[in-house]
Amino acid sequence: MSPHGHDAHKATAYITEQDLPERPLATVPSDVIKTASWRTFLPVIHLEACTKCYVCWKFCPDVAIGIDEAGWPVVRLDYCKGCGICAEECKPRAIDMVKE
Amino acid sequence: MARLTIPAEEYMRSGHSACPGCAATLVMRYVLKGLGPNAIVTLPACCWTVIGTPFPTTALNVPILDCAFEATGASVSGLRAAADALGLADVIVVGFAGDGGTADIGLQALSGMLERGTDALYVMYDNEAYMNTGVQRSGATPLGAWTTTTPVDATSRGKGEGKKDVMAIVAAHRPAYAATVNVAFPEDFLKRVEKTKTIRGPKFLHAFSPCPPGWRYPPEKTIAIGRLATDTNSFPLYEIEGGKYRITRKLGRARPVAEYLKAQGRFSHLTDAEIAAIQSEVDGRWARLLALETLG
Repeated sequence: MSPHGHDAHKATAYITEQDLPERPLATVPSDVIKTASWRTFLPVIHLEACTKCYVCWKFCPDVAIGIDEAGWPVVRLDYCKGCGICAEECKPRAIDMVKE
Repeated sequence: MARLTIPAEEYMRSGHSACPGCAATLVMRYVLKGLGPNAIVTLPACCWTVIGTPFPTTALNVPILDCAFEATGASVSGLRAAADALGLADVIVVGFAGDGGTADIGLQALSGMLERGTDALYVMYDNEAYMNTGVQRSGATPLGAWTTTTPVDATSRGKGEGKKDVMAIVAAHRPAYAATVNVAFPEDFLKRVEKTKTIRGPKFLHAFSPCPPGWRYPPEKTIAIGRLATDTNSFPLYEIEGGKYRITRKLGRARPVAEYLKAQGRFSHLTDAEIAAIQSEVDGRWARLLALETLG
């Protein structure tokens, strides 16, 4: 594990020249990199107040809010950087930013 | 199923390295939601090369071609020619550059692409300075804004010059379509993107992209500040189709521009007199836009 708490560095661990790809083609999806360690505050969604308007999903810069099968918003904790846009924009104030 | 106001499909992935609250990511997310899987994106040096493509990762589910800082417009024309030569008619070529790479460094390549009539979309995401390299002023930085190269001290009051009107430069080329979009209005944003798919020829989107570290505001305010920019007429939303102007968001009465300026640290040094000067500049630009719309 890296000091950042994930092993995404393995994707870039080229030890020798032979490990390098023939062409500079980037093919590793960025979501091997978990950005949870950037976070200081965590969004907590109170579903009883949620109106399923999906403003949180729409404005998330990190695509870190998913929608489950029942239509509820779900924070993807591996990727949320804790910017707080979801809590700020949530009209029924159903999201609190809680210090981790 | 969830009732969504913008398309559900995602072409931008998590795990990218944008700052928390970055609007440039939303510009990319919305553009690709509108264009779909047949887009090919070409990026010059800008925040997005750092956000999306730390080797060997990629944050997009569509191809990206990195190009030189000044070359986005040329790269766009080259990709279109290559796609045509290969018979890939349904490919949508997208140039995606910042304000520095568009208004300053890439201006001649953009002009060339527009003049050649390349059938492609050019998106300028405008965070109003060279943010990737640490907030140096660009041609698109507005009057009075603090940047690291336009400091606020005994001899300087932030940027002494006004913002370059890139839309007017683009309009002078008579493109097939040009529009301003703002991440705070995703439904309007998507309408403009989807419209570009129905028009052949060169298309240009000027996308407003608030930047928390560069504009000195807390990251959760990105959307609120974007909304204020348009609601104060600082960044009006309009489109130019076949030379005709149409304002796409028109309020009965705009809010005072001071509300927009006071929400950001980069303007915190401005005096009432300086704010009044900016207000009158904004009013003048808005009056001119209304006049252009009346021309039809």
